[in-house]
Amino acid sequence: MALDLKTRALKKSLFVFHLSTGSCNNCDIEILDCLTPRFDIERFGMTLVGSIKHADVLLVTGICTIKNSYRIKKLYEQMPKPGFVVAIGACACTGGIFKDGYQMAGPIDKIIPVDVYIPGCPPKPEAMIAGIVKLLEKIK
Amino acid sequence: MNIVEKLKGKFGNKIKDIKLHCDKRIYVEIEKQDIIDFVKFIFHDLDARFITASGIDNLDSMEILYHFSVDREDVIVSIRVFLDRNNPEIDSITKIIRGASNIEREMYELLGIKFLGHPDLKRLLLDDKFPEGVYPLRKTQEKLEK
Amino acid sequence: MKKVIVPLGPYHPLFEEPEYFALYCDGENVVDAEWVAGYNHRGIEKLSESKHWDQVTFLIERICGICSTSHPIAYCNAVEDLLKIEIPERAKYIRSIVGELERLHSHLLWVGLAGHFLGYNTVFMWAWKYREPILDIMEMVTGNRNHYAMMKIGGVRRDIADDDIDIIKNILGELKGKLEMLTQAVLDDPVLAARLKGVGVLTKKDIKDFGAVGPVARASGIDIDVRRDSPHAAYNLVEWKVITCEEGDVFAKAVVRLLECFESIKIIQQCLDRLKGKKGEIEIEVRNIPAGEGIGHYEAPRGECFHYVRSDGTSRPVRHKIRAPSYVNIPTFKASCIGQTIADVTIILAGVDPCYCCTERAISVYDVDKKKKIFDGKDLIRLSQEKTRKIKKELGFKDE
Repeated sequence: MALDLKTRALKKSLFVFHLSTGSCNNCDIEILDCLTPRFDIERFGMTLVGSIKHADVLLVTGICTIKNSYRIKKLYEQMPKPGFVVAIGACACTGGIFKDGYQMAGPIDKIIPVDVYIPGCPPKPEAMIAGIVKLLEKIK
Repeated sequence: MNIVEKLKGKFGNKIKDIKLHCDKRIYVEIEKQDIIDFVKFIFHDLDARFITASGIDNLDSMEILYHFSVDREDVIVSIRVFLDRNNPEIDSITKIIRGASNIEREMYELLGIKFLGHPDLKRLLLDDKFPEGVYPLRKTQEKLEK
Repeated sequence: MKKVIVPLGPYHPLFEEPEYFALYCDGENVVDAEWVAGYNHRGIEKLSESKHWDQVTFLIERICGICSTSHPIAYCNAVEDLLKIEIPERAKYIRSIVGELERLHSHLLWVGLAGHFLGYNTVFMWAWKYREPILDIMEMVTGNRNHYAMMKIGGVRRDIADDDIDIIKNILGELKGKLEMLTQAVLDDPVLAARLKGVGVLTKKDIKDFGAVGPVARASGIDIDVRRDSPHAAYNLVEWKVITCEEGDVFAKAVVRLLECFESIKIIQQCLDRLKGKKGEIEIEVRNIPAGEGIGHYEAPRGECFHYVRSDGTSRPVRHKIRAPSYVNIPTFKASCIGQTIADVTIILAGVDPCYCCTERAISVYDVDKKKKIFDGKDLIRLSQEKTRKIKKELGFKDE
């Protein structure tokens, strides 16, 4: 039995799916760092899931290269609604230093709607947690 | 210099020009038809390691630099060839060096250079839907339509 | 025998990473592999031509998050080669310190990921926990946990204060003890030995054919290391040794990386001793870059990072060619996975330590006749973890 998003958020258990659309991986490593004992994001009730069909939140990093633009559109369609998109890092927010590249299809909000922007290169885990907490407040 | 002497000894006047930027950087300019002989000698006889190849668009020609490292002597030998920019093609060295396959594919898609005899010359990095005939690394390719 | 195509999925345990390997399988065994790249291609070489020489260092730092300082060092070496200048001694020590700290955090990251693929999740958590103090040092010295912006043409951007030196030495001293424990655990574990020895072997001929570099080459007995072969920064001013193994399998690659961590700590501590209590210039001023060409390389955690630059005397590079180590290491997968089983494929690929951003990556499995996905990356990781559990049981160990 699926709980709706608001109820789940109130019970503090968000399922998060991560996708990199062409990044230097620093943001991705810092996201993974959030799971490690020092930051331990699981105490906020967030879990990383393996399939977009179970996700409430889509975390996106990277500039969105042309090859990835098809994938991200498909994944967004498959995500059960209501779902939220969080753009992490300067590349996902605006394209960053790569915005004039010839492989650039992004930034992310050109392709799918974004709810929360967490800038930084890379954003520190503390910044990411702060961003996610803002998202939780938005859901409520 | 040992390596320079060996090259001169083996190839004599097939070498159009040798430049020593310093004792660790040797640039050898040759004609494109001699590329296979030079690569075989440097890769096998000098036991050098193939690093990569740099393709450059000089508006009046296409240039390729093949970089090899002779690790034990701390020398990088770069072979330079110039190609006709209107029809840039050269023999593929993939038969001699298996690892050269990817960089030749990359130069093919980003600069439009054809590598004759390459086992599988097709795009490596660019998306299939990226327009044909558009070579991003060429100097004339300034603004690209998205 | 039916031939099955196995595109291999995400490399990273919990992420959808964009990269694509198609493996052709005959039953359980792999017969061929093809690499489909391009998901991470950001057109950096072209972007480089539109930036000033000094701005390029910031751009290429972002080629890869994990080897973030390797590319700037190689690029600065290339431009300094073009200019035929040598940087001040203090700058040399600082470059080596930052480079080696990066090597430490990169190898620990790899140990964690490899642990996860094999089903040793505690190893994953420990390795990443021990990484944190190194990132703290980075933040203290450079201002950022990653993307340090330390390198510039002619030297380094920031100095290391005397007060910080003692703090760094303490942190490294503690880390050394934990590393010793981790290394001993890996070397002594019979399950890991059964799981990794003889798996994904690369011969000396494979290494030469592909031009593979770094720990991948050194694990197969090829004694190459840019730090020793082509000394720059402080590598010929301090004592350290190059680690090699002969077997060429994934176990050898793990051993090489773990033992390299100790050499890195040795280098950093010697460099810090030479800096303490002394003052000196940290850069040579470079006003403009004349016409010419330069080549620079550096031993990144994954292998040789190579940069070629050409100048026509103006403020931007005419051409900037970048070759990351994973570009030559990942194709060795074609040789090392042939004849291996699908369950071993993730750990063989992990053994190469592919830096996806430096190059690109990914895998999943399709049945070529039914055109239906059989496995994806997470399934392959699960298969790999199951194989470890089976071996543990056979050897009489309890599951973690």
